[in-house]
Amino acid sequence: MTEPIVMYKDVHKSFGDVSVLRGIDLDIKPGEKVAVIGPSGSGKTTIIRMLMTLEQPTSGSIIVDGKNLWQMEKGGQLVPANEKHLREVRGDIGMVFQHFNLFPHMTILENCMTAPVQVKKEDKATAKKHSIEMLEKVGLGDKLDNYPSQLSGGQKQRVAMARALVMRPKIMLFDEVTSALDPELVGEVLEVIRDIAKEGEMAMVLVTHEMDFALDVADRVLFLDNGVIAEQGPPSQVLEHSENERLQSFLHRFRK
Amino acid sequence: MDAIVEVFPVLVKGVEITIKVLLASIVLGYLMAFIAGFCRLSNNIILRKITGFYVEVFRGTSLIVQLFWLYYALPILFGIEIGSDFWAGVLAISLNYGAYMSEIVRSSILSVAKGQTEAATALNMSRFQRMRLVIFPQAVRMMLPEFGNYLILMLKSTSLVSLIGMTDILYYGDILRSSDLSQAPTVYLLVLVFYFIIALPLIWLTKKMESASKKGVASQ
Repeated sequence: MTEPIVMYKDVHKSFGDVSVLRGIDLDIKPGEKVAVIGPSGSGKTTIIRMLMTLEQPTSGSIIVDGKNLWQMEKGGQLVPANEKHLREVRGDIGMVFQHFNLFPHMTILENCMTAPVQVKKEDKATAKKHSIEMLEKVGLGDKLDNYPSQLSGGQKQRVAMARALVMRPKIMLFDEVTSALDPELVGEVLEVIRDIAKEGEMAMVLVTHEMDFALDVADRVLFLDNGVIAEQGPPSQVLEHSENERLQSFLHRFRK
Repeated sequence: MDAIVEVFPVLVKGVEITIKVLLASIVLGYLMAFIAGFCRLSNNIILRKITGFYVEVFRGTSLIVQLFWLYYALPILFGIEIGSDFWAGVLAISLNYGAYMSEIVRSSILSVAKGQTEAATALNMSRFQRMRLVIFPQAVRMMLPEFGNYLILMLKSTSLVSLIGMTDILYYGDILRSSDLSQAPTVYLLVLVFYFIIALPLIWLTKKMESASKKGVASQ
């Protein structure tokens, strides 16, 4: 029985008066691939944004590798985490965004090697070597000196993945990474994720609308509805044999 | 033609002061713009309020009155001596334009897409690293075209220092005119030409800044 690398304990999140998440309990094991599906507005993205420290939970706690993410101990009491604490705990987490969020003023190579050099203090030569290897792996070894504006959406998203991967995270978060892409570019991005997933060591949380992809890659699928995890289990069970009516009608809309 | 030959060398004597005041005002003005711009974005509410007050006061009152305050009123009221007419002039111009340009600094930084901060956070950058490596380089590109315009405005404002007795181009022009009113058209035509010639490199620089700013800016 391995310790979970991420634990959500009764996590709630409201934006103003709107309650988005109403009690999330979730354990993710090292290396586990979890797909999160659900109608829009169900809070899927919020779940991973809280783990990336982009959104603060209203209540509850998130434990990463045994450390409390949003609270820290000070004089024997738990107080809200400061920037330093957040940086210590989120170092093993990486994220890929729906809208890529590449740095437009940097070349592709600089996009990848800036964080290893500046944040992890790797020496430049090593960081450059790793970045080039990673960019070659995602099929963009010939675009090193291009700027993001010169790439297609699919290429941008692959750069974004390389940029996250060179930080060697233990947990990778994918926030609807194919939603902003033209249909014909979705395949190349999913292919890269599939390759990463096969290597196995990283835990992955994928918020996605690609059901077939979830079925293929995930160890476990969560169906989020109305701010709670309404159903979860192995993909074949959740996607094909669930009796949850809301889930069935949700899936039905996708399968048309 | 004779008149021009007569007027020209007199006006040239003022060029040095005009350019000195301009250069000092540019350096101090930009410095002020960045300091005030960042202060207005600070988490510290007192700092934000104080800077906000400074910006509104200097934007909301006239530059020439500010100049007179620094030069004439402050020494009498508070015994604060700026030290020289040069520094009074430079301070008035740079505090005034610094207030305007701080708004450019602030709004440019705020207009960098939020996703950029989030991506930098996801790479575990600190607050300072996010600003230095990701936000600021993009914000500066947005500031450049506006900054260029203010360069030219600052040049034109330097002519106000003649009113506190500084011997700039306009000062010599006024002297010539007061000794012989019939020369006024020639004198002020040449004064215009002088300012325009000094503005030429600034206009050129502004165009450079504009084209530089078009490269590598977020478009999502």
